Amino acid sequence: MAKHHIEAVVNGDPVEFLCETEETLLDVLRDTLNLTGSKEGCASGDCGACSVMLDGRLVCSCLVLGCEVSGRKIETIEGMAKGDSLHPLQRRFLEAAALQCGICTPGVLVASKALLERNPNPSEHEVRFWLAGNLCRCTGYDKIVTAVMDTAAAMRKG
Amino acid sequence: MRYEAPESLEGAVALLAGAKGEARVLAGGTDLLVQMRADVVDPDLIVDIKRIPEAREITQDKGGWRIGAAVTGAELKDHPQLKQVWPGVIEAANLIGSTQVQGRATLGGNLCNGSPAADSVPALIAAGALASLVGPAGRRDLPVEDVMLGPRKLALQKGEIVASFWLPPRPPRSSDAYLRFIPRTEMDIAVVGAGVSLSLDGNSVISAARVSLGAVAARVLLVPEAAQAIIGSRLDKPAQDRLEAAARAACRPIDDKRGTTEFRIDVAAVLARRSALIALDRARSNN
Amino acid sequence: MAETNGHSQANGHSYVGTRQIRPDGVDKVTGRARFGADFNLPGQLIGRVLRSPHPHARIVSIDASKAEALPGVKAVITRDDFGDQPSEFIPAGEMMMNYKDVVRNVMAREKALYEGHAVAAVAATSVAIARRALKLIDVKYEVLPHVIDVVEAMRPDAPLLHDDLFTVGVEPKPQKPSNVAKRVEIKVGDVDAGFKKADLIVEREFKTAPVHQGYIEPHAAVASASEDGSVELWTTTQGHFIVRAHCARLLGLDMGKVRVTATEIGGGFGGKTVVYLEPLAIALSRKAKRPVKMVMSREEVFKASGPTSGATVRVKMGATRDGKFVAGFAELKYQAGAFQGSPVQPGTMCAYAPYDIENVHVIGYDVVSNRPKVAAYRAPGAPISEYAVESVVDEIAKKLGLDPIELRMMNAAREGTKAAYGPKFGPIGLEETLNSIKKTEHWNTPLRKWQGRGVASGFWFNIGGETSVSLTVNEDGTISLMAGTPDIGGLRAALTSVAADELGVPYEKIRPIIGDTGSLGFNFLTGGSRSAFSGSMAIVEAARQIKQELIARACKLWEAKPDQVEWKDGAVRPLGALGEKVKPMTIADFAKVSGKTGGPIGGSGRINAQGAGPSFGTHLVDLEVDPETGRTTILRYTVAQDAGRALHPAYVEGQYQGGAVQGIGWALNEEYIYGEDGKLQNAGFLDYRMPVASDVPMIDTVLVEVGNPKHPYGVRGVGETPIVPPLAAIANAMENATGVRFTELPMSPPKVLKALKDKGLNKA
Repeated sequence: MAKHHIEAVVNGDPVEFLCETEETLLDVLRDTLNLTGSKEGCASGDCGACSVMLDGRLVCSCLVLGCEVSGRKIETIEGMAKGDSLHPLQRRFLEAAALQCGICTPGVLVASKALLERNPNPSEHEVRFWLAGNLCRCTGYDKIVTAVMDTAAAMRKG
Repeated sequence: MRYEAPESLEGAVALLAGAKGEARVLAGGTDLLVQMRADVVDPDLIVDIKRIPEAREITQDKGGWRIGAAVTGAELKDHPQLKQVWPGVIEAANLIGSTQVQGRATLGGNLCNGSPAADSVPALIAAGALASLVGPAGRRDLPVEDVMLGPRKLALQKGEIVASFWLPPRPPRSSDAYLRFIPRTEMDIAVVGAGVSLSLDGNSVISAARVSLGAVAARVLLVPEAAQAIIGSRLDKPAQDRLEAAARAACRPIDDKRGTTEFRIDVAAVLARRSALIALDRARSNN
Repeated sequence: MAETNGHSQANGHSYVGTRQIRPDGVDKVTGRARFGADFNLPGQLIGRVLRSPHPHARIVSIDASKAEALPGVKAVITRDDFGDQPSEFIPAGEMMMNYKDVVRNVMAREKALYEGHAVAAVAATSVAIARRALKLIDVKYEVLPHVIDVVEAMRPDAPLLHDDLFTVGVEPKPQKPSNVAKRVEIKVGDVDAGFKKADLIVEREFKTAPVHQGYIEPHAAVASASEDGSVELWTTTQGHFIVRAHCARLLGLDMGKVRVTATEIGGGFGGKTVVYLEPLAIALSRKAKRPVKMVMSREEVFKASGPTSGATVRVKMGATRDGKFVAGFAELKYQAGAFQGSPVQPGTMCAYAPYDIENVHVIGYDVVSNRPKVAAYRAPGAPISEYAVESVVDEIAKKLGLDPIELRMMNAAREGTKAAYGPKFGPIGLEETLNSIKKTEHWNTPLRKWQGRGVASGFWFNIGGETSVSLTVNEDGTISLMAGTPDIGGLRAALTSVAADELGVPYEKIRPIIGDTGSLGFNFLTGGSRSAFSGSMAIVEAARQIKQELIARACKLWEAKPDQVEWKDGAVRPLGALGEKVKPMTIADFAKVSGKTGGPIGGSGRINAQGAGPSFGTHLVDLEVDPETGRTTILRYTVAQDAGRALHPAYVEGQYQGGAVQGIGWALNEEYIYGEDGKLQNAGFLDYRMPVASDVPMIDTVLVEVGNPKHPYGVRGVGETPIVPPLAAIANAMENATGVRFTELPMSPPKVLKALKDKGLNKA
């Protein structure tokens, strides 16, 4: 069975790759495109460590096939910082110690960015429920939620 | 493993009807990919229906709403009108999994995965939704409660797919609600699901109702006795008690790692009542 | 007199105790950091493991010939590729291990002892080929009856796992083998006499289920073996020196030839202190003559890596009517999984440690059963035994009409108390944590119906241990800091702060890395809440050496005597009249002339850190129960814990919060669920229910600091204690909310609803 030849846009750059039908987008990102920032925690959509944006929607890349993304736009953690500047969320996470081991952090940041783009003024309840699909075992979520809300406030101030 | 992404229903039907080995439809992939990774299924052919217009559109049709089988929960939530008319259906679709899962999961996939614990199905059944099936013999509509016959058993013929769902026109002073029980606050498969849709007359008396229970039997149940229990009432305490009794009587649940038989029966009654109260409250404000 | 110790200031600024940005942080928020599965070598093969589908079976034969013949398969290994190991007990973290068991856990020999037990492994050119190869390996099993439950496993007629396991610690020595590996005991005073003095005796039996550490990153390793017997290994681990030792032993290699690099680690909590994939990857690489990468799936993590014990615990306590504890008895039965080595010993020692009780008797049993071999999980053994004791303490408080904090205060261990497990406590912070909780707004907030409040205290010993670090001064005056304990949650930030203060160098001028096993002396693993405690001690020593060296060089350069110079604020400074002749020299100044003044400048701290101080904590939780469904919502949570001295307060708070939430999961929803067939039913994050963000509130923290006099900064380890109090705190809150004492964990909704129904309480 010949591989699929796929063209897509990843973090603003055009990419081209070959993949088997059963390879997920996560497999392609990590093993073919060498973008290892998205992590595999479960391969079943239960932990969110593989979160990416697909045509502006927050999804688990382990639940998308590589061959599905022909012509589509993908944004990963690697595209979050712009040049030398970290995204405000990235900066705030560092200042607020909102990460410990850091394995869930890329997924949490991608998901949080998606939230703030839709809802610049989320309540604590809204943040927690939006991030329910991002498992963290180290932080107990407290500093993550605080960092997201503080960043939202700072971004609203402009 | 072949992957095809036809751009028409006829194309999809032809592929599925002609498939020699195991064929699977791909909408959101939130069940299929998990099952493939777990070696539960090893399809020879995957038919991606996301390029088929009917499967992806939300349109008004004969006074009601037609929702494509491959519209995602997140898209349903973003639709400006649907959540006013069918808040129960929308909230049910958006309880599936997580934000990430809702970005991909679809009503069609949720139904055709064949799990009696599917979150969106009780809400669709309570709504009186029809599933529009397209196959080699043409198109036919089935009430959603007749599509899932048992765990992983569907009423679909070979080559048939669910193309869209039709939600009927809404009389005034109507609304719906869906509640589920899970041990955490998110992420779990429903241990019990309860969908209620009802309409009120000019005196705030329930003139029509449908009650559906999920995860308490081998298929998602439409419980006419539960509806009868509350039609003609304002959902006072005696009506609530009758509703709970009817819900309990309809349950035929299993003991599994998510809940015991006794637990499911008890909670089904509670959720049927709570769901009906929310639907009633919404219907009253829908003036 | 030259001063070589003390905490200098750089730019008048002290870093210890402040919230610096962690040096490894930018890479972690951008996805650049390399965790175990992110590491790849050119030409690498993919390794996969074949695992037993049976919980208990004799392995009659293994025929891998068809797999070996499959194109793309470069190596297959089985038990034949590992030499047997004699029985020998070795300390491993806070538990003991035996290589005879380790070699059998890594690759089954005579028997498969749990569903998921590794039976063979392959290395192939692609994942697809590796998976196909596994299906071609023909293993003939003779299925045997299995036993899962600890009490069942202790019965004389239970299926026997090891026919050479004779209970140690009982007299007379048993003639027949059994599943009881060991009996341990601590005894102080006379509990029978104590109970006679009691006005109130409470006796209860508790049950807990195995729970997994739940790290989000699965195990992963890449091994590259060379023809001369040297090996390079990259692995996600809490202890790469330990990994080296295990692999060298299991594969007959010289330790010096095995170079292990610890990748960034995505959580461990004790579960990554042992080896699973590493010896397999090395053995495959040796055979295939190519690098081999192996990563566990989530299902494999649950089925084949150690959770912690499930247990049955009986507690009997006696108190006078004024609340003085006069006797404490407990019997602990912990299941170890397929091989002996549950944390029952520390469980036994911790059970009554927070209290000063004259008569204590705790017995513990280590029992094997057909489940994965347990691994350490954050304060191993203590959450279970202290859950039971703290629940009984709560019941005593209620029955005597005493405030639960006052009751604990009355009996609290303090400085000078001799713990039942042996040592006398130095200064400790239990009372301070109890007082802190009492002063919180949380404690003083009223509750509504179906809401309940619970409090519990907890203890963990903490350890020190062998530690090697190095500090190197680079030619431009910047500092390279090399530590040898993997950084799980902010260690590099803490050590950098210490080095910055010790050397008087700005924080940003110090670059910390975790060195591989070839670059440093031995380091015991990251565990036992030791890495900040021991690492900072070793940094102080390394810094002392540098300062001493620079003082000596200054004296030479300035032709001065030691009493004419001093180290202060990041420089060697001339004192008195000398100051008119020479100017102070900073580290950077010395670095510029290092070649001319004696050579490269550096210090190494190689210590066996002693004096680890125990950390006590007290937790307060409010929760609400839905009486119609049994669902529990945690409303509010406060942790007060003694850190001695918080090197980096934010990361200390993070330990408190993370441990508390793990405890919430353990108390309410997490458990290994087995079927009658001995197979795990919930080997995934869907049905192994860890807390998600919406399940918990903010976790408030109170940082108590009762300095540890044995550490230069007063540091106590903090990482483990936070998981000890939550189980009982939540059970106590449940009792307060519902009137029902839950003695079985998890307190999941079906159990709660049934208990309420039985009492006719299941109405709003």
